[in-house]
Amino acid sequence: MMSLSILGAMTTLQTGLFGLVAALAVLAAIAVVLHRNPVVEGLFLVLHLIAVAGLYVMLDAHFFAVIQVLIYVGAVMVLIIFVIMLLNLQPEAKGGSGLVPAFFALVLGVGLVSLLVRAELAFAPASEGLELAEGFGSVAQMGAALFGGYFYPFEVVSLALVAAMAGAVVLAKRQLEG
Amino acid sequence: MTELPHAALLLSAVIFTIGTFGVLTRRGAITILMCIELMLNAGNLALIAVSRSLPAAAGGAGVVDGQVLALFVLAIAAAEAAVGLAIVIALFRLKGSTDIDLARLLRW
Repeated sequence: MMSLSILGAMTTLQTGLFGLVAALAVLAAIAVVLHRNPVVEGLFLVLHLIAVAGLYVMLDAHFFAVIQVLIYVGAVMVLIIFVIMLLNLQPEAKGGSGLVPAFFALVLGVGLVSLLVRAELAFAPASEGLELAEGFGSVAQMGAALFGGYFYPFEVVSLALVAAMAGAVVLAKRQLEG
Repeated sequence: MTELPHAALLLSAVIFTIGTFGVLTRRGAITILMCIELMLNAGNLALIAVSRSLPAAAGGAGVVDGQVLALFVLAIAAAEAAVGLAIVIALFRLKGSTDIDLARLLRW
């Protein structure tokens, strides 16, 4: 009885923590969309990505949470904020793109979210009530998958990264006329 | 415990929609790039949630393939950020601003 009630309290705590982190992620995402200063937007995106990394930990994807913080927050966001400061971007002028596009975006957004929610409510995996599989999300399992069944896709991704790097250098260096 | 992946799926739908709204309504090129990052990240969250909740072949819950796919999405997102920022820099040098309404050469 005692251990059961402790288990229940643990689940409640976990649900509460999940709700808290999820609310943080959603609020940070809304701030990214609505704030006018690009630097502040970038910092809110960093907050959002860290909150989502917390959600990954709760979903037992520990290795991926570390990768998220290292690559997204540590590399991609540093690059984006570096470019914002390099270009010395000023806060966007008031007015935005007008009311008509905003209205259409709102209609499209409501339609999209209801469509996605409908699809996800229909999702019923056969693993209800099962215990977590042994070693799920561990570095060993990820490495075995990447260098096993996913070996060729993995190598193609590395080629894509090299191509993107070369393309970025060419695009940013070229003198455009116009 | 099994309801967490479901909640994460619904959350990913909400975040994806917020990102879509930003792409459609904002004009700064870098802001739009950041909103695309939001959308890619929502897709990753859905992949991780589904990978957590599928039954494994060896028993128990959790198939690692979703995390591998999310890793690929992360790599492509990094490549997209590099190329996108290079295009933004080229646009800024050409027009003196990152407002995408100024890039209208193909529009009559």
